[in-house]
Amino acid sequence: MSRVVLKDLTKRYAGGNLAVDRLNLEVGDGEFVCLVGPSGCGKTTALRMIAGLEDISGGQVMIGDKVVNLLPPRDRDIALVFQSYALYPHMSVFDNMAFGLKLRKTPKPEIESAVREAARILDLERYLDRKPGQLSGGQRQRVALGRAIVREPAVFLMDEPLSNLDAKLRVQTRAEIAALQLRLGVTTVYVTHDQVEAMTLGHRVAVLREGRLQQCDTPRRLYEHPCNVFVAGFVGSPAMNLDRLPFDGTAARAGEVGIPLPGAAAAAARQAGLSEVVLGLRPESLSLELDGGGDGATRLSGAVHLVEDTGADAWVHVDAPGGSSALRLVALADARRLPAVGDRIVLAVRVAEAHVFDPATGERLGD
Amino acid sequence: MSAVQTAAPPLALRTRRLAVRFRPTRFVLNVILGLIALFWLVPTLSLLVISLRPASSFGVTGWWTVFTAPTQLTLHNYQSLFSTGFASGGILDSAITTALITVPATVLVTVLASLAAYSLVFGRWRGRTAVFLVIVALLVVPVQVALIPVAQLYNAFGHVSGFNPFGTLPGVIIFHVAFGLPFGIFLMRNFYTGIPKDLLEAGRIDGAGEWTLFRRVVLPLGLPAAASLAIFQFIWVWNDLLVGLVFLGGNQHHTLTIYLYGFTRTLANNYWVIATGGIISILIPLAIFFSFQRYFVRGVLAGAVK
Repeated sequence: MSRVVLKDLTKRYAGGNLAVDRLNLEVGDGEFVCLVGPSGCGKTTALRMIAGLEDISGGQVMIGDKVVNLLPPRDRDIALVFQSYALYPHMSVFDNMAFGLKLRKTPKPEIESAVREAARILDLERYLDRKPGQLSGGQRQRVALGRAIVREPAVFLMDEPLSNLDAKLRVQTRAEIAALQLRLGVTTVYVTHDQVEAMTLGHRVAVLREGRLQQCDTPRRLYEHPCNVFVAGFVGSPAMNLDRLPFDGTAARAGEVGIPLPGAAAAAARQAGLSEVVLGLRPESLSLELDGGGDGATRLSGAVHLVEDTGADAWVHVDAPGGSSALRLVALADARRLPAVGDRIVLAVRVAEAHVFDPATGERLGD
Repeated sequence: MSAVQTAAPPLALRTRRLAVRFRPTRFVLNVILGLIALFWLVPTLSLLVISLRPASSFGVTGWWTVFTAPTQLTLHNYQSLFSTGFASGGILDSAITTALITVPATVLVTVLASLAAYSLVFGRWRGRTAVFLVIVALLVVPVQVALIPVAQLYNAFGHVSGFNPFGTLPGVIIFHVAFGLPFGIFLMRNFYTGIPKDLLEAGRIDGAGEWTLFRRVVLPLGLPAAASLAIFQFIWVWNDLLVGLVFLGGNQHHTLTIYLYGFTRTLANNYWVIATGGIISILIPLAIFFSFQRYFVRGVLAGAVK
């Protein structure tokens, strides 16, 4: 077991295209870190550089206390679970899992017991004699995991291991991976484009965009304190409402209504001399007041444009008056009391939960 | 008891299965295909029958009379051909010479083409595509064009090294290998490009070096292509007349095709030799074909990715 440290890790392709740009990240011993971002953000490239499958253009990869930049994959003490699983189709499940140990000249009885143990953990004992072609997608995925764990590597690397599974199996396997990692305590770097996967699995989540690290934090911190507009919009489902509104020194103006900004954010916006801010409101920071409340909360009125009922929750899309153009806000609603499309409703805004960003730089204002 | 009763499918189900098997369109199709196959087989079949009829009956009665008078069949022709034993210039000596050329030429082409294809597909060096294109371009070079230059090359090599491959078995083998490689590399490379790169990367992470990857991952997966290549190459070399004729000139041992060719000058008297020798020379490639056929497994890559 060991930590992984990336120092100014850079990948520049022959055309000058920067896939990963000075990535700095430290994954602690036994920690589970997810790299997440839209496709093409460099997360897989970064993982492949850690694995040694991709040449490093600049910076360093350290595993344990050793710089491994020039070491071939086999000498890095890592295991990689591929998105495609990459099982050897001509070998049985047993041989697929044993291959790495055989190449390392592990004694036969040890291979046997390691593979049997991994098969037991992953519920694959019945399939050891089968070829990958005779297995279902979920079983293949578990064989790929098994191949990684039998070797007892210092670091697990996983490249979107769940993306080929159907939705139900994905949720189930996600929980299994989390439990497995907890049990084995192996340092893990996990790549995914699915922010839900990243948030549920990672001890910390690193959000990448265009090769640059945006923010690396605990899922909770990432959700509550996104450092910029990109992270704010990427994390959370449905996405945060992000709207550019005029700023009058204390409040953001949504038509007639002034939404008072949190003190630190307002001060920062004033200091920067901004006349506009990007206001971010999570759907759960907006609540429907079907009966019209009475206290002094900030309220926006608007018309219901769309209602998405997911069962437990419902998402109500509301058109409200905004700055230069109308606001389209998504609010979380109680599915038991849903408005109809076209209804005029009132939204109460929890202004303390508002996020404020600089419209020019996209950076967070205030704390 | 109940198990026995349920083992037999209900009558309705059985008749349905029969109905499926005897669908008229499929039946007609099978008959047509069977007729075409038979038509294709007639020349070979006639050769076989001629080889089994007395030499004297050739030109007197047709080979098809065997269907009405099967008693005329005899192994006499085969006995006569084999009677010379392993004397040089005889059929057995020719068969051995042919095998001594064909087996190394086939093995070398299959192995070298597989190695070259591995490097062309999975290697990381500049100009791989250019090299491959040059190899493909070599496919269009006709054998006839190369005969004289290669013969000169052999002689020149003989002057320098003291060993002139011209007129020797190694000389013929080298020629066949050189001419088999472009197609072999082409075939193997195209097959290897279908092997997911992830598999090799997984192998590298598992700790395999290039040689292990080739031997334990790529070679087993490429078996169907290697088997086809081996069959093609074996049949080409086995049936070659021209190269053997030119490069074995003066050698007391010669190939089966040269042996048979020798009798065509006195065709009318030696028809039985050509028929019998022809059948003998077909048997080996046929055996090779059937023994390699089991490697033509479809879907070898199933389950590798996704």
